[in-house]
Amino acid sequence: MTERISKIVRVVPRNRNTELVLLLFAIGLNAFELLQVELSTLQKMTPDFWLYFGPLALSALALHLVLRLRAREADPLILPIVVTLNGLGIAEIYRLDIAAIANKQTELFAEKQVTWTVVAMALAAAVIMYVPNHLFLRRYVYISGVLGLGLLLAPMLPFIGKTINGASLWLSIGGLTFQPGELSKIALCIFFAGYLVQRKDSLAMTGRTILGIQIPKARELGPILAIWIISLLVLVVQHDLGTSLLFFGLFLVMIYTATGRAIYTVVGLGMFVTGALVASRSIEYVTKRFDAWLNPFDDAHYNAIGGSYQLVQGLFGFAHGGLLGAGLGGGVPQLVPLAESDFIIASLAEELGLAGIFVVFTLYVLLVGRGMRIAFNHSDEFSKLLSIGLSFVVALQCFIVIGGVTRIVPLTGLTTPFLAAGGSSLVANWIIVGLILRISDTARKEPA
Amino acid sequence: MNRELKRIATVVGVMFLVLFLSATNLQVLSADSLAKDPRNVRAIYDGYQTKRGAILVDGQPIASSEEVADAFHYDRKYANPMYSSVTGFYSYYQGATGLESSANDYLSGKNSAQFFEQLNALFTGNPVSGASIELTIDPKIQQAAWEALGNKTGAVVAIEPSTGNILAMVSTPGFDGNKLSTHSGSKAQANYQGLLDSNGDPLINKAIGGSLYTPGSVFKLVVAAAALESGEYTVDSMLPNPSSYTLPGTNTQIHNSGGSKCGGKSTVSLLDAIRLSCNIPMAELGVSLGQGKIRAMANAFGFGKSFKLPTVATASVYPENMDDAQTALSSFGQFDVRVTPLQMALITAAIANGGKEMNPQLIENVQSSNLALLSQTTPSEFGTPIKKSTADGLKKMMIAAVKNGVSTNGAVAGTVVAGKTGTAQNGAKAPYTLWFAGFAPADAPKVAVVVMVADGGGMGQSGSGNILAAPIARKVIKAVLGK
Repeated sequence: MTERISKIVRVVPRNRNTELVLLLFAIGLNAFELLQVELSTLQKMTPDFWLYFGPLALSALALHLVLRLRAREADPLILPIVVTLNGLGIAEIYRLDIAAIANKQTELFAEKQVTWTVVAMALAAAVIMYVPNHLFLRRYVYISGVLGLGLLLAPMLPFIGKTINGASLWLSIGGLTFQPGELSKIALCIFFAGYLVQRKDSLAMTGRTILGIQIPKARELGPILAIWIISLLVLVVQHDLGTSLLFFGLFLVMIYTATGRAIYTVVGLGMFVTGALVASRSIEYVTKRFDAWLNPFDDAHYNAIGGSYQLVQGLFGFAHGGLLGAGLGGGVPQLVPLAESDFIIASLAEELGLAGIFVVFTLYVLLVGRGMRIAFNHSDEFSKLLSIGLSFVVALQCFIVIGGVTRIVPLTGLTTPFLAAGGSSLVANWIIVGLILRISDTARKEPA
Repeated sequence: MNRELKRIATVVGVMFLVLFLSATNLQVLSADSLAKDPRNVRAIYDGYQTKRGAILVDGQPIASSEEVADAFHYDRKYANPMYSSVTGFYSYYQGATGLESSANDYLSGKNSAQFFEQLNALFTGNPVSGASIELTIDPKIQQAAWEALGNKTGAVVAIEPSTGNILAMVSTPGFDGNKLSTHSGSKAQANYQGLLDSNGDPLINKAIGGSLYTPGSVFKLVVAAAALESGEYTVDSMLPNPSSYTLPGTNTQIHNSGGSKCGGKSTVSLLDAIRLSCNIPMAELGVSLGQGKIRAMANAFGFGKSFKLPTVATASVYPENMDDAQTALSSFGQFDVRVTPLQMALITAAIANGGKEMNPQLIENVQSSNLALLSQTTPSEFGTPIKKSTADGLKKMMIAAVKNGVSTNGAVAGTVVAGKTGTAQNGAKAPYTLWFAGFAPADAPKVAVVVMVADGGGMGQSGSGNILAAPIARKVIKAVLGK
């Protein structure tokens, strides 16, 4: 039985026509969402509909053409899944804009989101066109490492680093703000993949065995220590548990995949949890976040500045959505601060209900699952590591953000991939899509 | 590497499973408790979507919703504070009480009586307008009771004995519901706090509970009823009549309210004991009947039961496991006997109705927003706690009490009033609770009325039921009879 199921899953046709059909469905769904937003909030369809519908639809079809020309064998499910998520995000952000206009607020997000979507998809197309094959990036492993670390640590720099909402995740250059951490995760994936392919044999070699546990040689622990220190630096200096956890988690998964040594993961997790706990008790900002997470309903935390107000209002939004939701435009998601970015999942939960949220989660599971399947099927070790890294980073980011909003883990400043308003996030995640599509094109070409 | 990939896939699966479960918890399992959090304004916003039904008295709205141009869509308006005990309030910030709460499913359009409208709404998307409820209240009687109570703290309940329809239900001091339904959160909060802090507990409907009151001598009606029902006593049965009585098993002596023998003779008839409101004969009667018979009588009248108008009334209490001294005290309505004015009114109405007690009703009918009749309340019987002969005996005693007993201020010229006063002690220094329970006209009763004046009616321990409560009842009876 499981054999048959796995066979059915495996034989999804690698066929661009399948992709086109699914893509048209995703575009149609997006039209329906935007229409529902307008009809339920404005009671009429407006010309703005085309502004929010057209660019994504055209870019999606263009990207499909690029795949037809340059990566015929690429996975056919990924593009339609991501277009569905991106379109849903635009619809919800547009809906929140309409509420903001009604409240006489001037800060709007939907147009920017559409612009950034086009830019991001163009970059994904560029990746597919100009990265000729999966081995190309191996040439830039160390450059990627330097670039990745630089981007990760850049917000700590004076003058261009910027603190928003208590966390220093931002660069500000010439009035444009930018979250470099989003891009650095790609560069670091490339670096880790390349580095680990080279070093995996020495990392996998055992030192002594104590109590039945194989202890790696001391000098092989160097890289882990370095990454650990950098992660904690991100936490301590930038006040961002999310980014810190994301990078460390990514590294642990990749080193485990490369070496097959669970001891790295165990030791690494232990080190991280210890570091995070110490930090949570000693840095006031992080302490506050922790306490607000543990007791969000206490009036003291609820009313405190930087307390649990936003989290609790988000939980109320989830509850209000119930099983079926109020429908797009039917709820009051604008009650939650940052409803269009950090709390877009709470906004969607309120309007689409548990049913809609299950669909969104399932789309993420499918997306990550496709990426992991590509890693599974690929014969090249660098490509395997790169695609597992890129897929896992999306999964972990979803878990940290959505877990934060649903109070599984403390709230952090990461963004929900493809849904949340924000240019850096869109650009980075679409580049990941481009890379995974590029790798998937060769996943079956090589003899397995 | 593929072995590791499979394990990582499992980890990713678990991560998303956790997210699925936590969303399920928030949106289904914990959704109700999150919705009820007072800091969650979404439930309030939901309520704005529908036009709330009106509460009508004689076709005129005493509470109604008007469309306004703010985020709340509708404004809840209250016509007159004299109805505050009936309507309660509907606040965006403090919740709802009274009929606004107990009849909310009608008023908000959620009752199954509006099933077809709800079905229609599902397809058209137009919210269902709430149903209106017409009350049994008679505005003239309500007005008379409200004015008669004036600035005294207390309650009046007037019931039509044959139907159980509540003709008046007043609790003083009242409050202005508009101050709580205001759309300004800070004003609503401040006004609510003001009402909590003010004298006389305006937010408590004293007619049906929230707090219970010591009945004093009006409870003698229940003891007398138990005596007549037992078959061992008649109206003319003679009871011992000493000038003082030592409570069984104690050294405590009790006296009649005059301090001497009740009526001046060594024995007194049951009729005269009620007419003159003697404590000692009733205490001795209670002890010889036993608390079991009195409790059975009280329960048959409705003690221990929460009547639903549909607003829920507090259950009246006859104490359990008393010794003889306590039984003696409880037989003239002291010790731990506690009642609502509604319960006393139901007893009075049952006596007036020949022994048959009707369920109290506040809603006469329910009308949809387009005035179609959705449901009509029909009178229903609570039970027959006493025989016709017992009811007639009690009526005879009550007529005597008003005619030439201690309840004379209940008399109305040109009609025969049956009544019983009470002057209940609440402790050594505490002000009395003053009562009148009666009905009129005695031969064909149109109304049973109970007046309760709390806090001594401003006279501490120097007032009495006849001085303070009976004149209020007289005005209510006059209003009923159109005099």
